Amino acid sequence: MGTHNINFSEQFEFTGKVKTLSIVGIVIGIAAVLFGFLAGDKVMHERTFANLLLMAYYFACVCMSGTFFLAVQYVAQAGWSASILRVPQAMAKTLPIAAVILVVVISAGLYSHNLYHHWHAEGLTDQNSPNYDAIIAGKSVFLNVPFFLGRQVVFLGVYSIFSIMFVKFSYNEDLAGGLNSYRKSFKNACIFLVIYGFTTPVFAFDTIMSLEAHWFSTMFGWYNFAAMWVSSLATIAVILILLRRAGYMQWVNNSHLHNLGQFIFGFSIFWTYVWFAQFLLIYYANMPEETVYFYKRFEYYKFWFFLNLAMNFLAPVLLLMDRDNKRTDAKLLFVSIVVLLGHWVDYYQMIMPGAVEDGHNGFGIVEIGIALGFVGLFTFTVLSSLSKKPLIAKNHPLLQESLHHQL
Amino acid sequence: MSDIKYILGSFGDPDEMMHGIEKLQENNISIYDVYTPMPIHGIEAKLGIKRSRIDIAAFCFGITGTCCAFALIYFCAVIDWRVNIGGKPSFALPDFIPIMFELTVLFCAFGMVLTYYASTHLFPGRAPRVMDLRATDDRFVIAVDAKDNTAHTVIDGLLKDAGALEIKYNERKYISYE
Repeated sequence: MGTHNINFSEQFEFTGKVKTLSIVGIVIGIAAVLFGFLAGDKVMHERTFANLLLMAYYFACVCMSGTFFLAVQYVAQAGWSASILRVPQAMAKTLPIAAVILVVVISAGLYSHNLYHHWHAEGLTDQNSPNYDAIIAGKSVFLNVPFFLGRQVVFLGVYSIFSIMFVKFSYNEDLAGGLNSYRKSFKNACIFLVIYGFTTPVFAFDTIMSLEAHWFSTMFGWYNFAAMWVSSLATIAVILILLRRAGYMQWVNNSHLHNLGQFIFGFSIFWTYVWFAQFLLIYYANMPEETVYFYKRFEYYKFWFFLNLAMNFLAPVLLLMDRDNKRTDAKLLFVSIVVLLGHWVDYYQMIMPGAVEDGHNGFGIVEIGIALGFVGLFTFTVLSSLSKKPLIAKNHPLLQESLHHQL
Repeated sequence: MSDIKYILGSFGDPDEMMHGIEKLQENNISIYDVYTPMPIHGIEAKLGIKRSRIDIAAFCFGITGTCCAFALIYFCAVIDWRVNIGGKPSFALPDFIPIMFELTVLFCAFGMVLTYYASTHLFPGRAPRVMDLRATDDRFVIAVDAKDNTAHTVIDGLLKDAGALEIKYNERKYISYE
């Protein structure tokens, strides 16, 4: 395709059916939360909070991996992605909202003793109390409420600041042109990647692993990183394909999809690799304090355990192995959606056994409703920030390379 | 009939060479092959080159590796010499997976390198087959089979018009045999 017929000020209009549906989603989500809190008992409250945590975490992770995507592209000085950067930028711009929601859910769950009660309860660290737990007491230097909440706020705050910075640089570039913004993005992306690499494992330890505070795994951070990164890539692919079908971003060609497909394929395998590395070591060493994690999942969540592997490993490997499948938008869309649902399942079996009493988990109105609510919220926030600026960063120095991208 | 086997049009510029390909194709002159010192986007589609089947070969090599690894471990750990490791059953599949994975990768990588050598006639110690030595340096060369396309002067003219710097007539297919 020639570049002469590209409208460099093309903007997304967020109206009509998509807007209505996303608001309907948010309403369903609020209704499901109210249902969980008003209709249920203590167990139901825990389950509602666990679902809120799941989706708030998922939402924040997808958005912050959007920032990670931007940073990776800037540091690698990648040309192919220059024309699609507005989509991850819209996700990055949404991160502050996602971060606030996550912190609110975590603090509400923490103070109402619906989440993290495993390490945050009366007398756990008090030697004279009947509830005294030596392991938790030993970890209390790290796992105490002020430090825990402080880490959450600092991590999410730092990611948000970088997200806003990258987006601002790109908008300045639209106005001023030149290489100044690009150089600044490169420099800040280098700093961001170092911070992000060291802090995301800790972020995952805090948010998810501390639900079962006795158990620990050093692979857990990377396992979560792989999950959030691949789900973010799948989200970018879904948004791009749907935008292209709606008549926007006609410069996105099959080679761009091919690249995203390779990313999704590769990082699905990376996710499996990390998942398996964690599983094999625990299985092989067979130490009770470690095997308890998989014991619970095998005993009460067997279906989810295997569904997780099928959706996040088998589906992308079998369906995206072929070159043509990565280039066909219908197939890539299908696999991306399977991977996104798959990572919901992944988070579900990470969170539920620790947050809900054994045997009281389930899959019903609360799960589906809250998931739909956050999907609606994500669609609404990301698409409204996408509609604010042109869909192409017209002064990106590598834009021509991206417009002529061919694999 | 002459002894000319191949006519080589040697171009200094890839765009002119692409133009030359178009010119020859417009005149229904089949192109034997094109040699370039660097990859050129879109040239495969223009020449109608079929997709490489190395992925199928890679899959076959890979699955061979998986089977070999499984057979080896199964024979050692289950049939020939059972060892009690942490009370686990001898046939504990998760333990097998890392080695099966590694041998899959190993077989796949070696197999593909050997396939590549075999299909390009490259092998350590063997003189490479080159039609025009400068195609490995700074020239973009279109080779036309002179036996199939007998209108040599027409081909000459087309190549020159497109901007060929030099036209060569090779009486041997490859000049680099030693």
